[in-house]
Parts: sequence; C-alpha cells; structure tokens
Amino acid sequence: MTRPLIFEISKPGRCATSLPELDVQPADLPEGLIREDLRLPEVSEGDLMRHYTHLSHVNYGVDTGFYPLGSCTMKHNPRINEAVARLPGFTHIHPYQDEETVQGALFLMYTLQEFMSEIGGFPGITLQPAAGAHGELTGVLIMRAYHLDRGDDIRDVILIPDSAHGTNPASTSMSGMEVVEIPSNEEGDVDLEALKAACEEHSDRLVGMMLTNPNTLGLFEKQVEEICAIVHEHGGLMYGDGANMNALLGIARPGDLGFDVLHFNLHKTFSTPHGGGGPGSGPVGVSSALVDFLPGPVVTIDEEKSEGDLPFFTLSTPAKTIGQVKAFYGHFGVMVRAYTYIRTLGRAGLRRVAEHAVLNANYLKEQLKETYPLPFDRICMHEFVLAGPPEDVQEDGVHTMDVAKRLMDYGFHPPTVYFPLIVEEALMIEPTETESKETLDAFADAMKTIVAEAREDPDLLHEAPLKAPMRRLDEVQAARDLILRWQPSDEDA
Amino acid sequence: MPYIPHSDADRKAMLQTIGVPSLEALFEDIPASARFPDLDLPAPLSEMGVRWELESLAEANLTTAEGSCFLGAGAYRHFVPAVVDAVISRGEFFSAYTPYQPEVSQGTLQAIFEYQTMICELTGMDVSNASHYDGATSTAEAVITAVNVHRMRRKKVVVSPFLHPEYRNVVRTYTQGMDLTIVGDEAASTDPTELLDKDTACVIVQYPDFLGRFEDLTDLGQAAQDVGALLIVATDPIALGLLKPPSAFGADIVTGEGQGLGIGLNFGGPYLGFFAAKKKHVRKIAGRLVGQTSDAEGERGFVLTLSTREQHIRRERATSNICTNQGLMALAAAVYMAALGKCGLRQVAELCYHKAHYAADEIDKLDGFSVLRDKPFFKEFAVRCPAPVAEINDHLLRKRAIMGGYDLGETYPEYKDHMLLCVTEMNPRQEIDRLVRTLKEVTS
Repeated sequence: MTRPLIFEISKPGRCATSLPELDVQPADLPEGLIREDLRLPEVSEGDLMRHYTHLSHVNYGVDTGFYPLGSCTMKHNPRINEAVARLPGFTHIHPYQDEETVQGALFLMYTLQEFMSEIGGFPGITLQPAAGAHGELTGVLIMRAYHLDRGDDIRDVILIPDSAHGTNPASTSMSGMEVVEIPSNEEGDVDLEALKAACEEHSDRLVGMMLTNPNTLGLFEKQVEEICAIVHEHGGLMYGDGANMNALLGIARPGDLGFDVLHFNLHKTFSTPHGGGGPGSGPVGVSSALVDFLPGPVVTIDEEKSEGDLPFFTLSTPAKTIGQVKAFYGHFGVMVRAYTYIRTLGRAGLRRVAEHAVLNANYLKEQLKETYPLPFDRICMHEFVLAGPPEDVQEDGVHTMDVAKRLMDYGFHPPTVYFPLIVEEALMIEPTETESKETLDAFADAMKTIVAEAREDPDLLHEAPLKAPMRRLDEVQAARDLILRWQPSDEDA
Repeated sequence: MPYIPHSDADRKAMLQTIGVPSLEALFEDIPASARFPDLDLPAPLSEMGVRWELESLAEANLTTAEGSCFLGAGAYRHFVPAVVDAVISRGEFFSAYTPYQPEVSQGTLQAIFEYQTMICELTGMDVSNASHYDGATSTAEAVITAVNVHRMRRKKVVVSPFLHPEYRNVVRTYTQGMDLTIVGDEAASTDPTELLDKDTACVIVQYPDFLGRFEDLTDLGQAAQDVGALLIVATDPIALGLLKPPSAFGADIVTGEGQGLGIGLNFGGPYLGFFAAKKKHVRKIAGRLVGQTSDAEGERGFVLTLSTREQHIRRERATSNICTNQGLMALAAAVYMAALGKCGLRQVAELCYHKAHYAADEIDKLDGFSVLRDKPFFKEFAVRCPAPVAEINDHLLRKRAIMGGYDLGETYPEYKDHMLLCVTEMNPRQEIDRLVRTLKEVTS
C-alpha cells in the first residue's frame, strides 16, 4: 500500500490550526528582504491526524512488541515519566529566567546530579551532554584538558578495544586525537599483553583508554582492575562507555572499578524514550581530579543566598571548564523523566533492574545456544552475541540479515545485527528486565522455527519479510539515486 | 515491583534453566570488593507519591504562562497547536529506536523524509539532515563540515560577533583539538567581511542576528565565494516564514535552532538543531539522512542512506560522532510545519514582526529608553535603558511578574545597560502595554 506524502494530500487554503488576529497597527515591511513563496503543505486537522496515525501504524516501538536491540536497552518507557514531564511548571520555563523563579527545576537537576554521582561512584557530574556520543566527546575533551593543564602537551593517543562502539573512535578523532586499537582475546576480554605493549609503545603520548564494561559482547571484563592499573601506570585516564550500565545498576560502581570518566545514557538505562532516534541525554561523571574541567554550567548550592535549611540553587561554571558542549543546560525534559524513574524505583528497585536484565539475557541465551552458535559461552551480563545462524544454514546462503527480516514476520523487532565487528554474522540480543518469561519463550520459539524454515526452504528467508508493512527495501538504490526530499511535479510548481 | 513482570516461580524456573542458584550468582565476574555497594539513594515511591513530588517541584517554578514573558535570546515562546503533542505522544513513534530496520520503521522514516523536505523549503537549500542536538551543535558541526570540505588545509574560521554567545562557545569547545583559529567576535564593531582570506574555511553569521536584526547578506556571500570560504548562516525558522531564505545570499550551509517549531521552552532542552546544505556538500555533512527507494515489490519506501559517512561504519574516519539525534523533536517540528502550513507560518512571523515593532515604538517613547534601530529587526530588538538591566528586570518581576529581557551587557561590554526584548504572537497587546507602563515606573 502506497502511503501518500503529506505534500501529496496538500490543498491550497487548508490549515490545521487557527491564529489570533493582529491587535496592533501593522508596521512597514522592509523592501527586498521579504520572501515570495513557501511551499509548506496545507492540510486540515483531520487529515493531519490521519496522516500521522497511519504512519504510526507502520512503525514498531517498544509499545508494539519485543525489541531486543543489543546495546540499545529498549526497555518499557513508563507513562508516569511522560505525564510529569508535561507539567506546565517544567515545560513553560525559559532557560534565562531569574534563578529565583526556577528553584524547582534547579533542585531537580541538583538532585539528579547527586543520584548519578552515587550510582556511578563519581564526585563530579555534568548533565549537559545531549546523548551518549555527545557525552563521549565531552569526556575525551576533559581527559585532553587534564593533561594539557599539567603541561603535558604531547599526549594524543587513546586506546580503544576492537569490540568498541563506533562512536568511541569517532569521538576520539573529533577531539583531534589518534586511535590505537587493542585486540580482544579468545574469551572476549581485552588482550592484556597487547594492551601492555601499546601502553609501552605510546607511554609518553597516552591520553587514556576507552572501555565499555560490560563489553559489547555482553561480557563483564574481568580484568578491569588490572587494565585500569596498567593505563594509570602510564599516566593515562580510563574512560568508561556507560551504554551498558543497565547491567551494573546497584551491582557495581564504575568509579569503584577504577574508571576516571563515564557517560550515562538516560535514554537507555533510565527508561526515557528513544523517540525514534532521540532526544537522548548523556550525563558524564568524573573523578575528583577532573571536576574542574566539566562543561558548565552545573547546578551548585549558593550558600550566601541559602536561608537556614532552605538551599538556594544556582548555575555555575567549573574553574577550568572545557567550555559548553551545547546551548543551555542539557535536555531538561529528559532529566525530569530519569529523575522520576529513579524516585519510583529507589535504591532496591534499581538493583532489581540490573538483576532481572541479566537474568533475562542469560535465560534467553540458554534457550538459544543449542540452535545458534554462541562464540563466548559463559555467564553474560544484560546482553549476548550469537554468531549468526548455524553453519549448515549459512552454507545454504541464509545469513544474519535474513534471520532478522524473518523475525519481523513473527511480530518481533530484530536484534542488533553485524555488531560487534569482531563476531562475524553477529546477532546481538538485549532483552531488558521489562520483558516477561512468556515473551522470551515466544521469541526463542520463533528463532528456532526460523532455523528449521531455513533448512527446509532457504528462499523463504531471502524473501522475508512477507508480513511486515513493506517488503525488503533496496538500500543500494537509495544511495545511488539519492532522493533526499520530495519534489513537486510540474503541475504543482 | 514496578516495570518488572517476573513472578517468584518465573525467577526460580529461569535460574534453574541457567543453572545458577541465585540472582547474586550471576555477578561473580565482578570483583568482590566492588560488588553490591550500599548505595545512598532514597526509598521507592508509589506512582501517586512520585506524581505529588514532581507536581510540587513543578509548582516551585514561575511559568511563562503565569507571568508574561519577553525573554528570547535563542529560546522562544511560540504557540504549539494541540496536534503536535497528540502525534508525538503516540508510543509507536516515541518508543521506537533509530530506524535501522526500515521494513518496520516506515513511520519514522517517512516523517523524517517529509521533515527534510520542509527544512529544504524553509531554508531554500538542497538537502537537510535528520537533525542535531540544538542550534549551537548544528552550527559547530557546520564548522567541522567546512573544515573537512577544505580537507583540513584551511585553518581560519570567521565568526560574527552577533552569533549567539553560547553558539560561539560551543563552536570553540567542539573544535578545541582541531588547531583552528577562530576570529571575528572579539568586538561588536568587527566586520566579518574584512577578515576573509584564502586561509578562511568558513564565515558564520546569524540571520536575524543575536540582536534580532536582519540585512541583505549578498555581499558577504559574494566575498566568501571570492576567497573560496563557505558561508554558514544560523537562522530562526519562524523568521523564515517572512524573510528571504539564506539560499538567496549564497549560503553553503544553513543551521539553526528549531525549538520555535512546536517545541516547548523546557528550561533549555530538548530542542532541535536543523542543518541544511548545498547538494555538493552532501557527502561531507554529519548526521543521518533519509532517502527514498523501493521495496521488492516496487512500492515506494524510505531508508537511512549514505551511512558510510557515519560512525557505526566509518569509525575514526566518520564525518562526526553523532548517533542519537533529536528524532522526536524533528517529528514535532514537521507536525508543526504541516499544521501551520504555507499561510500559517507566514501569519505567525507577521504577528511577531508587527507586535515587536509596536512594542519597540511604545518603549522608544519612554524617557531614558531608546531602541537600537540601525537595521531592520524581526521579533527581538535591543533597548538602551536608563538603569542597569538587572535592576529593571527585578522591578518587572517583583511588581508585575513580567520576565524582562536578556541583559546584553553580560556578553557585550559595548551594550552595557542594553536589554534584548522578544515579542511573539503569544504576547497580546495588553501584555505589551503593561510592560511599557511598568518600564515607565522605572524612570518616574
């Protein structure tokens, strides 16, 4: 079924809202600077709602069904978070309002800083970064600034394991530094000998290392304390990619494990919606040596303006700040949701989140490992990686992408595919704690059925999906033709 | 327990399948010394309890609806039609991830394709990406694009002093490891045109500028082109409902803050960075792009495209590290633009323009106040005041719950005692008159 574009249902004169009459004398418009045309669509309110409702029907979200997208933590988005984030006291406040008139908002931010500090084990927190990758850029710039401040201006190397998210090397080079890749060993952990050799070779130039723990194979890096010690010995700092914090909530604090910097993903671990690709929020925690380098402003207490037990919250900029990483203070609306989540769950609830995320992942892994090759067979954390369909099926030309597309026919969103890069045909599965045993069982059944189907009729999988809103889409054609916008036909123009 | 569906029997059966005796046993890889810390966090709250707490925090803020607001400076109070929240509250949209699996993500993908088209129409540019975090970061990414277009051989970036001060900060933060020289914004009197040379990668101006003024940028565009520098224009999308698009001046990249397009003030975020460019730069730009294609049956559909520029493929050689962007905010902006349409956006822009001019004329009549009128202005204007801005704002707030303007003296020494006022369609005439009356009290 072809769905028209909103431009294709447009008709001159329609409008989906009404605006007030002008209540003052009009002023003159300057000549030569006024535009002539603006081809935005013209639709009625009813047509607009139907258009977007139809689009929502061909979109799959966590609300639609199981979304085991590895590394993305697609947990349920609680509705209380949405309700309170829409309170006018939060939505209708301007970032430049007098601090006295936004003490509720500043209290919330201050308390969230305290919560993140306690959960991560870091004395300093910035809430400004807008997403995980933005937090990485912030953290790497902080590490760079720390060395420069010590007069150590030749350090420009950051070590990154070969299993890392692509954002890690991209953030490093954006900060003007060089990436040195560290291989993984047969257990899926960092190859310690290779790490030592790289640290020796680049000792003078070492800024630090970026490590995801649990790593992208879903395994807890058992040598973490040793790795931190080696990097520290060479004057480097340890950056933690907190994308996988859902496994560690209340279980271990990255600050206690030896990390100096870490970004959180409020849109993964703390249940705020992914929004079809944002907005996220990527607060960064740092050790005491790095607090002065945080981007500003952060929320602090102004002792002079505080009265008795009533603290006065203020925005202030750390002494040696790397600068602002975005305008204003961060994604406040996302912070309201994360704050609400932490208050709802409390200390015990947060630990139960991690326990059940890990329970679900291990349970599903046990269900699937007889059917799908599991390259690292040990207790996993909140996710695990399979090496595609079984060998005999792959020999018949059925690959991970075919399994992914066929899962859609069974009503599931596919897992993350072809990542991490160190596992060929990777299927990366993260169920999250908000899924029931029944859902996991149904998914495991579908995964097993798909392998049986592949053995019987490989072409069925190549054809998949058959029941999704669309058949397989041609990505090569999209890159070749490069149609990035709608164009009016001659008669419209 | 909230959000976790397991019964005791489920847990027991699952642990048995795994072959471990307890939940604790799943965590033995973690160093014992750091395992199970005793966190100092509050006890859980019921849904009712948490709602009460958040309601009381929200009530501790003075909203722009309770007072009257004349603050702008990069975050604007515009009317948001009800359809915007109705659409972005649909779980199929907000609980989805980035549309990596296009067969089940056509809703997000088509909506972004439509958004890209609308941004192209508004700015006059050829291509738009799927969004950045905000106006400041989209402008910083534009600088990096310009430097990459010149293969890192040009090291100079010229910045107008009237680019938003926070945007200038963010450009400097983003590029601090890139060995660039950023010039032009040391003094308000600097003319960016005079700084252009063969080492200049790009020049960035704001249109309308931070003081709300706009002018024909044709000469600047030509001067940039003459030395091979890119012209980057940071703009206000509401102003483009009325004003000539930056493409008319030869802009290479147009960026800006899309918050005015149906997104609330939210104390500074989440907002929407938009980014549009000439087609020839498409392979150098950051961020996601949605392209049109067809499926196995020939039906039109949409996918993410040119991802070889992006971090998940190109890693350290990517054009940017951006991954998560502002998907839902881009959807809000698209719904807003569709709801207002061709005539509605023009009407909003005209309401802003005329009301701002009415306010400026009335304030200009007051003793001691004078409006800066060296160029045309849109919805914001600078006023020289007879007293420090902080004092005047204090009076406005305490006397009449009016949120006065941004204190320009804080970032521009040349504009000490100057206030930047913003008037939109949300300020009825009575509110403007009340502002004028209250300002008059300051001098009397």
